[in-house]
Amino acid sequence: MLSPDQVVEASFLEARHQLLEVAALLDRHDAAVNRTGRDVGAGGAAKLGVLREALEALCVPRPSQERTVTLLELFAKV
Amino acid sequence: MQIIQPHYHAIARTAQDYERMAMSGVVAVAEPAFWAGFDRLYPETFIDYFRQISEFEPTRAAQYGIRHFCWVAVNPKEAENPVLTREVLKHFPEFFAKPTVLGVGETGLHKSTKNECESLEAHVDIAMKHGQLVLIHTPHLADKAHGTRRVLEVLAGMKVDPERIWIDHVEEQTIKPCLDAGYWVGFTLYPITKCSPKRAVDMLEKYGTDRMLVNSSADWGPSDPFTLQECILEFRRRGHSLQEAIEVFHNNPCRFLGQNPKFDIAPIRIETDVVKAARG
Repeated sequence: MLSPDQVVEASFLEARHQLLEVAALLDRHDAAVNRTGRDVGAGGAAKLGVLREALEALCVPRPSQERTVTLLELFAKV
Repeated sequence: MQIIQPHYHAIARTAQDYERMAMSGVVAVAEPAFWAGFDRLYPETFIDYFRQISEFEPTRAAQYGIRHFCWVAVNPKEAENPVLTREVLKHFPEFFAKPTVLGVGETGLHKSTKNECESLEAHVDIAMKHGQLVLIHTPHLADKAHGTRRVLEVLAGMKVDPERIWIDHVEEQTIKPCLDAGYWVGFTLYPITKCSPKRAVDMLEKYGTDRMLVNSSADWGPSDPFTLQECILEFRRRGHSLQEAIEVFHNNPCRFLGQNPKFDIAPIRIETDVVKAARG
């Protein structure tokens, strides 16, 4: 089993990479809206909403259930 | 589609990589001098390394129909040994005379120390005096923004031709000042630590394709030469034409590297059926 420090050290760069991909996705969406003058349809809006809810859920310091469970439940909505 | 890998550390890769690259359309690679994973102690070690990348490696690539070019430099991580740096720099002109050496690189910064900045300045100076191209490495991760600013400051204090300088490993927070100053920029596509294929295409869409180079990651660390092909796939998936892809992934390297006449691969233009029909 890993120590708390080992957990962070082992996965920090990978998590950084994954968060940057999410940030790029949101920037790409904004750029597409600016370029086309229209936003996503209802299905896309629901997916974006769930992504934003998931990001907020990750910021809760001591959640009542595992974060992965919360996110999987969120993603099951769309 | 014909592809050029403008930043490829071939001696760290296998012949199988050459074979697979050739099968996927790669026609040329350019190999900057790199850090060996440890700090070298002797000038002669660099000389033999430069001989390896300028004499032997082209023969290995040629077995797969790939042209191999290279650059010479003391890596920024080794700039803390100024005596060694000065001694190696003395030998650069003999390598500039070799038929596949394109210029000085990758020089640049790692921790942006005083010694590193002096080494960068010395590298750029010798390149300019000998009419060579320059490839500049910018730092990784937390040091990137500061290190890129320092690179631009060092260059701003020198008499250089920005068209002949390529600032590499740019990301979203560093690309604009490099382009604004007139330099070429490069994206380096690593599995985790630098830019990703999707983010590179985002920047191509945002800033346009002029003075843009895209490199795969190809060295002895966790890296993948085929991130370049992933990027081409992403670019095409978003609806950019084959000719637009050729402009970025073949013709732009030809335009930058071709400023040195030793790089004699010309930009290509796909002639469409419509154009052919119009010509009768």
